[in-house]
Amino acid sequence: MQQLVNGHSLGSIYALLALGYTMVYGIIKLINFAHGDIYMLGAFWGYYVINQLHFNFWLALVSAMLFCALVGVVIEYLAYRPLRNSPRIAALITAIGVSFLLENGMAYMFSSNVRSFPQAMKVHQYHLGSISISNIQILILVVSIALMILLQLIVRRTKMGKAMRGVSVDPDAAQLIGINIDRTISFTFALGSAMAGAAGVMIGLYYNSIDPLMGMTPGIKAFVAAVLDGIGLILGAAIGGFVIGLLETTMQALGFSAFKDAAVYAVLIIILLIRPAGILGKKIKEKV
Amino acid sequence: MKKNLKYNLTWLAIMVVGYVVINLLEFVGVIDQFGENTMVLIGINIILATGLNLIIGFSGQFSLGHAGFMAIGAYVCALITSSISTPMGMAIGMIAGAAVSALVALIVGIPTLRLDGDYLAIATMGVAEIIRIILNNLKITNGPAGLYNIPLLATWPVVYLMVCVTTLIIVNFIHSRDGRAVMSVRENEIASESMGVNTTKWKVLAFVIGAATAAIGGALHANYIQTIAPTDFGIMESINILIIVVLGGIGSITGTFVAAAVLGLLDMILQNFGTLRMVLYSLALILLMVFKPSGLLGTWEFSVRNLFNRFTKSKQKGDA
Amino acid sequence: MTLLDIKELTKNFGGLTAVSDVTMHLNDNELVALIGPNGAGKTTLFNLLTGVIVPSEGTISMQTDNGLQVLNKMKPYKVAQTGLARTFQNIRLFKDLSVLDNVLIAMTANNKEGFFESIFRLPSFYHKEAALRKEAVDLLKIFDMQDQVDNLAKNLPYGAQRRLEIVRALATKPRILFLDEPAAGMNPEETADLTRLIRQIQKEFRITVLLIEHDMSLVMNLAQRIYVLEYGQLIAEGTPAEIQKDEKVIKAYLGGES
Repeated sequence: MQQLVNGHSLGSIYALLALGYTMVYGIIKLINFAHGDIYMLGAFWGYYVINQLHFNFWLALVSAMLFCALVGVVIEYLAYRPLRNSPRIAALITAIGVSFLLENGMAYMFSSNVRSFPQAMKVHQYHLGSISISNIQILILVVSIALMILLQLIVRRTKMGKAMRGVSVDPDAAQLIGINIDRTISFTFALGSAMAGAAGVMIGLYYNSIDPLMGMTPGIKAFVAAVLDGIGLILGAAIGGFVIGLLETTMQALGFSAFKDAAVYAVLIIILLIRPAGILGKKIKEKV
Repeated sequence: MKKNLKYNLTWLAIMVVGYVVINLLEFVGVIDQFGENTMVLIGINIILATGLNLIIGFSGQFSLGHAGFMAIGAYVCALITSSISTPMGMAIGMIAGAAVSALVALIVGIPTLRLDGDYLAIATMGVAEIIRIILNNLKITNGPAGLYNIPLLATWPVVYLMVCVTTLIIVNFIHSRDGRAVMSVRENEIASESMGVNTTKWKVLAFVIGAATAAIGGALHANYIQTIAPTDFGIMESINILIIVVLGGIGSITGTFVAAAVLGLLDMILQNFGTLRMVLYSLALILLMVFKPSGLLGTWEFSVRNLFNRFTKSKQKGDA
Repeated sequence: MTLLDIKELTKNFGGLTAVSDVTMHLNDNELVALIGPNGAGKTTLFNLLTGVIVPSEGTISMQTDNGLQVLNKMKPYKVAQTGLARTFQNIRLFKDLSVLDNVLIAMTANNKEGFFESIFRLPSFYHKEAALRKEAVDLLKIFDMQDQVDNLAKNLPYGAQRRLEIVRALATKPRILFLDEPAAGMNPEETADLTRLIRQIQKEFRITVLLIEHDMSLVMNLAQRIYVLEYGQLIAEGTPAEIQKDEKVIKAYLGGES
């Protein structure tokens, strides 16, 4: 039971990150390798504003989201937009380059040392029978779910959301009916990056330490989460995130922590072999 | 028939002359110990990247797990040469490493190569990570600490020889029935299948050959650096090899050579920049991709045959 | 002699029946056309016959040198190796490869080049390659494409791409050749050339041809027998003269009024 609680906090972080992967993939079919590093930037932003400007948690969260949204849009504009009509693998390598740049640029400017994240709020432990849960865990869970609902509303109910869905199904047709593709893609990056920024601040608070390379592993895990349920599907990414978080903490609880990553990948491979386009994904057969 | 002999002899001459020239440069002091170090690393990267290029560029299957097969080769060869530390042991180690790696690739490839595009990439990445985690937890591989005191058997001549051998195998494979079948899978799998080509078989074959060459690269790496640990073979290593392939031009073996050399030299020059090194490296990578998305050479390939043809043509023009 | 026998072939996609209870046969060295309005299930039928999709019900069997073989559930490459070759409605050439390579790839299954033979470039490799190349060029000559051997398939003009698809299919040494709208997008002159070519290869290679085509002049000129498909069902079978007079066929093509 305790693991279920821990798994959920970790899972919601993965889910938030996976959403960014899935949205970007859905709209331009790019595995945005730099997404995990946006999350790292979010954590560093939180670190900076809480320490230097004495922001409270909520202000730090919102400002990190805005900051990351801006960074996401700038990266898309400078690095990915010129490659929109190039082979997909070229865009992928560029994304890897951006990821390296963010990691090493931050390491260069702020050193690669691990630093401790300021405690923006007091930790309380609540005990419910044998389970203990901290206020931060509750916060992470509530904020993540709220953000996911918000995202779902934006995608389902707003005009921009409709445009996003249109572009992801058929960019050419979307353009023909007057959707501004560039703006829609920028908006998608902004949304996805904002989610990553929020995840960054919350993980800083939860694990209490940040460093320039912190985005790498969760980034890959979140990507796995996005693939697990069929990449490009928003609901799928959210579920995938929770599944992986739970799987990891369960393996840890069973005493196999050395193999927890292996278990994640093994599950992924098995799922892909049974359902080649993820659990919820539909395999589109090429028309002959 | 005579023509073919001429082409093959020319290639042999290029390889021998290349070796002699580099050794001469070393002898007169143009290339120092540091330069040789760079050349060995470039050579190993060429071996790793040509194998991956066969998988990605020619069969069109997106693998992100090359480091896993490299790790198998490195560990198998390191374990063997640690007990038989002679060149013979090195040869046995490389062959054994390539064989084990090929076997794993076969077992992994048959089910996973049905997946397409990014799903395959992520599955192969998962396989490589699983291999790494197993190495991290086995006793014989000495866990996270890895193996050290591996004998230095991958000297510069050995690496040069292996670059030639693996490249010849891959290039000859590409320019044969098998290679054409492999490329047809990349071009249009449905058409290929309808022309009687067993696409699964050739996809797996390309994957297995790629994995075997990765193991050779890993074996050389282990016996040159002399210490290996599971962390050497993470996703980052797979990505580094991928970068060479894409930067050179997917589907161009010549491009792989050029890219491995360019990146190797870039790395050497940037050594002096300290922590700024990786920043500049990543900037160079982004700029190269933005301005040359098809890679340095695209799909262009150096060919002795074309060189001869051009030569004879210009001569004919001169005669006329 | 019946070469290919199709019995009660049915394909359901979910609730939709694309091909329903089709029974037909192809005789040795026969030229048969399959016609029908758009969406009648003609290409689906081709895909069923070539193993690209698996039938829900029914059997497809073929007379081969090794006796009668059932083709259902065979993988497409096996079907092709049994002697069925095809072209595609939406051209599917190996675009970034040369014209010659396109043809050579179709010879893969009949090519006995060994792995080690080619890796080590043994003399036998060069012999086999030379023989293969000659065979491919001879085939291209029939279609007047011998000068384009080294061009990339994607750089060929449209008509030549369609012809290359036929050459490629022939290179698999088929007993039966399926042509999916070979004249689509061609001008009358090209269509006339094509008509001649199809008749020529049917005679020269002694193969059976089944073709889907909308160009009625070509169909009526060429076909010895015609099958008509509508809504996945066969509605008529006969010689061109019989089909032209068939009430049901006229109705299917002109709509309900007549």
